[in-house]
Amino acid sequence: MTEHIVTSYDDELKALAIMITRMGGHAEKVLTDATQALNRHDEELAMRTINADEEIDRLEHEIEELAILMIAKRQPMAADLREVIAAIKISSDLERIGDLAKNIAKRAVAIQSETGAVKAALGIDRMSRIASRQLKDVLDSYTQRDVDKAMDVWHRDSELDAMYTSIFRELLTYMMEDTRNITFSTHLLFAAKNIERIGDHATNIAETIYYLSTGAPLREARPKKDASSFTPADYPQTDD
Amino acid sequence: MNQVTTAEQRAATGPIIIPDPDMNPVRVSAKDVSVFYGAKQALFDVAIDIPERSVTAFIGPSGCGKSTFLRCINRMNDTIDGCRVTGDITLDGRDIYDRTLDVVELRARVGMVFQKPNPFPKSIYENIAYGPRIHGLASNKAALDEIVETSLRKAGLWNEVKDRLDEPGTGMSGGQQQRLCIARAIAVSPEVILMDEPCSALDPIATAKVEELIDELKENYCIIIVTHSMQQAARVSQRTAFFHLGILVEAGPTEHIFTNPKDERTHDYITGRFG
Repeated sequence: MTEHIVTSYDDELKALAIMITRMGGHAEKVLTDATQALNRHDEELAMRTINADEEIDRLEHEIEELAILMIAKRQPMAADLREVIAAIKISSDLERIGDLAKNIAKRAVAIQSETGAVKAALGIDRMSRIASRQLKDVLDSYTQRDVDKAMDVWHRDSELDAMYTSIFRELLTYMMEDTRNITFSTHLLFAAKNIERIGDHATNIAETIYYLSTGAPLREARPKKDASSFTPADYPQTDD
Repeated sequence: MNQVTTAEQRAATGPIIIPDPDMNPVRVSAKDVSVFYGAKQALFDVAIDIPERSVTAFIGPSGCGKSTFLRCINRMNDTIDGCRVTGDITLDGRDIYDRTLDVVELRARVGMVFQKPNPFPKSIYENIAYGPRIHGLASNKAALDEIVETSLRKAGLWNEVKDRLDEPGTGMSGGQQQRLCIARAIAVSPEVILMDEPCSALDPIATAKVEELIDELKENYCIIIVTHSMQQAARVSQRTAFFHLGILVEAGPTEHIFTNPKDERTHDYITGRFG
């Protein structure tokens, strides 16, 4: 795109995009680390991950501040306005992703001594890898302004939903098998839910990128495959 | 940026007109309007419909032809030597360049407010009363008094000046003078009010008052405003037309022009990429 007459305006827009990319990088890392800490029962990594979320929060404030300053100072229009609004929206999604990942790390600390959790955590690891890929792709599509790539992410979210539903069922089974499984299963259930939510935030970002590039909001309804809300517990049948 | 340079290319591209299903009925309609100052062509085949009871903003860099086009609508260009207007402009379906049309009557129906407030060097009262009197709109003094009061009230000026109607209009503040000029324009019950950068000589407070006034007046009049302040166009208008190098590039609902313009030139102009 042609540059602005006022060059410092371009500098500010670039700074905003760089901060988003940096924040995205941190969010990706926090998610990967949190799941790793969960799988390996690595308390030290979990603690580091919990603390790393601070940097994400700090970046969000910085982005918000610059965006507000730009609105006040430049009164951005058209694509510039969308750029600033998109930065605010994406940074808030990334901040939520950071929080959700941090919560997974906290649960890693809580269940580190539970040996039964190892098998159940495998599914979560797979789910987390898909969520990481979604996050990576959506952040790439932001840097490259690639709407098609963003839309791919948007369509793929149903994969995560389906996985979440199956993990939900699996964990329910563990809990019914043995009441000692309930503690770790509940933690893992929340971890899975968090990853599913992270996927939702990635699709939010994809929607924002669609708006940023086309100027029109995405009105289509997203395909959903999360059936866990409708899943009843299959209690053993009794005679009465 | 692909700047269009030759007249042929200008004619060939044609404006992007964004359809607006909510648009009010058309009051002013222009087709193939070109303006020449001597041999120099200033405006190329402008075609646009302007709705009643709403504000239409003309924006564009200096020399883009927006003021030239505005002045065609009440035939102010007739007063410029060597200026020639071709094409059709209709007001309520009637050709305003028709030879049988009375230009004085046209200018009563199409009022104008200028960049610098230009009250007559007369009393506040006389500034308003002059137009209705020469157009025979008041049968007696009481009727004239009423027109003066109503016009000043509509312009939001009555409470500020009702006790000093005999004082000269030129003694008021700039913002008050501009609102006096608006009151003067509406005193003759026009259908269309043309405003050529009405706030460029005013401070932000006076600007806000004029914008508030424009907002109220749009309930009854077709208002066309030329402005260099994009923020102002975005604030006061329902429709916006962007002119560049003498052509109409893009016209449509204001929110559309300012959030998602279709033409690259419109985009570059409103985002401050050229000017």
